[in-house]
Amino acid sequence: MSEALDRPDLLLDTRGMHRALGEHVVGVGFVGARAAFALGDGTVWLGSEARLGGEAWTATPVHKGAALCLAVDGAGVVTGGDDGRVCRVTEAGVTELASLGRGWVNAVAANGNVVAAAHGKQVHVLSGGATLKVLSHPSTVTGVAFDARGKRIAASHYNGASLWFVAARIDTPRLLEWKGSHIGVAVHPAADAVVTSMQENSLHGWRLANGQHMRMSGYPAKTAAMGFTKSGKWLATSGAEAVVLWPFSGAGPMGKAPTELAGGDAMQCTFVACHPRDETVAAGFADGLLVLADIASGRVLPVCGPGPGSGRGSVSAIAWSADGSALAWGTEDGFAAQVDLSRSVK
Amino acid sequence: MNQIPVTVLTGYLGAGKTTLLNRILSEQHGKKYAVIINEYGELGVDNDLVVDADEEVFEMNNGCICCTVRGDLIRIIGGLMKRRGLDGIIIETTGLANPAPVAQTFFVDDAVRARTRLDAIVTVVDAKNLPARLADSSEAAEQIAFADVIVLNKTDLVTAPELDAVEARIRTINPYARLHRTSRSALPIADVLDQGAFDLNRVLAREPDFLTDDTHSHDSDIVSMSFEAGEIDPEKFNAWISTLLAEQGQNMLRTKGILAYPGDDRRFAFQAVHMIADGDFIGPWAPGAARRSKIVFIGRSLSRPQLRRGFEACKASPTSAPASAPTSPPTSAPTSAMAG
Repeated sequence: MSEALDRPDLLLDTRGMHRALGEHVVGVGFVGARAAFALGDGTVWLGSEARLGGEAWTATPVHKGAALCLAVDGAGVVTGGDDGRVCRVTEAGVTELASLGRGWVNAVAANGNVVAAAHGKQVHVLSGGATLKVLSHPSTVTGVAFDARGKRIAASHYNGASLWFVAARIDTPRLLEWKGSHIGVAVHPAADAVVTSMQENSLHGWRLANGQHMRMSGYPAKTAAMGFTKSGKWLATSGAEAVVLWPFSGAGPMGKAPTELAGGDAMQCTFVACHPRDETVAAGFADGLLVLADIASGRVLPVCGPGPGSGRGSVSAIAWSADGSALAWGTEDGFAAQVDLSRSVK
Repeated sequence: MNQIPVTVLTGYLGAGKTTLLNRILSEQHGKKYAVIINEYGELGVDNDLVVDADEEVFEMNNGCICCTVRGDLIRIIGGLMKRRGLDGIIIETTGLANPAPVAQTFFVDDAVRARTRLDAIVTVVDAKNLPARLADSSEAAEQIAFADVIVLNKTDLVTAPELDAVEARIRTINPYARLHRTSRSALPIADVLDQGAFDLNRVLAREPDFLTDDTHSHDSDIVSMSFEAGEIDPEKFNAWISTLLAEQGQNMLRTKGILAYPGDDRRFAFQAVHMIADGDFIGPWAPGAARRSKIVFIGRSLSRPQLRRGFEACKASPTSAPASAPTSPPTSAPTSAMAG
């Protein structure tokens, strides 16, 4: 990290906006150009449109208890809560997509207008106000993800992950087995591989072509966030004192050391989000620092520093806008921010 | 960060767990508790924040064969930490639950440990039916063995001699838990919450009688044994206890100790749940107090002569002067406290 270090808030100050929302930011996404923040008190905030200097921040009550997860779908953001409900939030308001009863909605994912919501051992696949199917698993589902084309759904649980075809007539999952507690899942954009994060501060992967296992370990903490870059060449992960990137091009990550970016500050990377087009990763740290890291050059650009006093809190969610021109993030302490990174800023 | 206290409530179906739970909740003084219940709960729980748990146990991939953990609790506690203003968490287990995976969850998961602290395991037992439960299951004895607080309930259904006999049987399994006799689970909240039983500073807050006669029970294979010695050599103790827990941890339900190390005026506190151990220096010995090391084992198939010989072999040799005092705690801190 270079000259920008003496003004770590430069991008936030000149191109961004922020607000203290006072509640744990559980998930972040975009509704058009407005950043959406789902909070631990069940509300969803929409940020004001930065460049147009537009509308004020608005809060919408969505869940009775805490919001637990958020995904971006074709119309807005979809949240799941500990009230068992799945809701879509757009600028027009809130629509309940499903009320699944007792139990928490622990994870949501979306592809277009198809939403997958994990509730207990089931994944409910929702579309157009209807439930397409309910997929059952051997234990509570901890993470859910679509492949890039929306054809398959991966769900993580005890002893591995299940891979389902959304359009299958008969639902039989491909079981990807590995003993232990799997707590999150990501699917390679070309569906080459499925990777889970595990309780034991490690990742486990399966190459789908041949079922080959991949183990990626050495993290000091659990990987709370991971994602493949658009090209599928890299898997960016949190859980270490740097952004850890595993190479997925060519022969894959086996036997190779990962690339580490934005390290050196002895501060845990708590969240990562890959840019939707470029080989760039936004990474948040436990002290509230947020940076952009360019994978090819290794260059790191600070977006937001830890902040004054006791800081802005540990970064708990990051999201890019669909075109990659804007970035939003939030922290456990309720700091919420959005920056506009497009060239044509006034 | 403030660690939220967690109370684990165990006991057989019908012992009075849910009644106790509802009493705690109705007695609360403006505090906000989250209650994690199991799907087979007896009665409704009257609280704003009730979470259903599935009691999903898994084995950690850490080479420790008895290190089973409740993954659902890790997930639920992570979710609860997204809310503000929680004063405590109470976890009710099913009647047949083994308390070890619950306790181990609070030692093993870093995120859970950062945000919460296991306060105490409270076991509710039914004075009338306990003898039958001890005879027909292993869980009843395990729940007593793990307890920090035992609520001996339904005392109105037995005669005074029967009650004394039941209490004596409980004491053969677990001599150091605090025991309260009640009927209809009526006891003050202060006897259940905020016990600090897993706090190293209070590890042996209630010392059992350090008698060396064997306590025998005909209806349970779980026994407790305690040993006393003078000063203990930290390196010898660490080597012995690590090996012991690694080899016999499955049979060791709970271990607690306070040790005197030569040349150190602080007490060393030690505790373990099966193979998972935790230890650190705590406050100094009281002025004028005898520097006696004490250790208590509760478990199955414990060999008194073997444990006694092992512990006594850890005695500091008379030549251990202050010069050989350890520079760091011999038992590792919780982060790396996995034995075996």
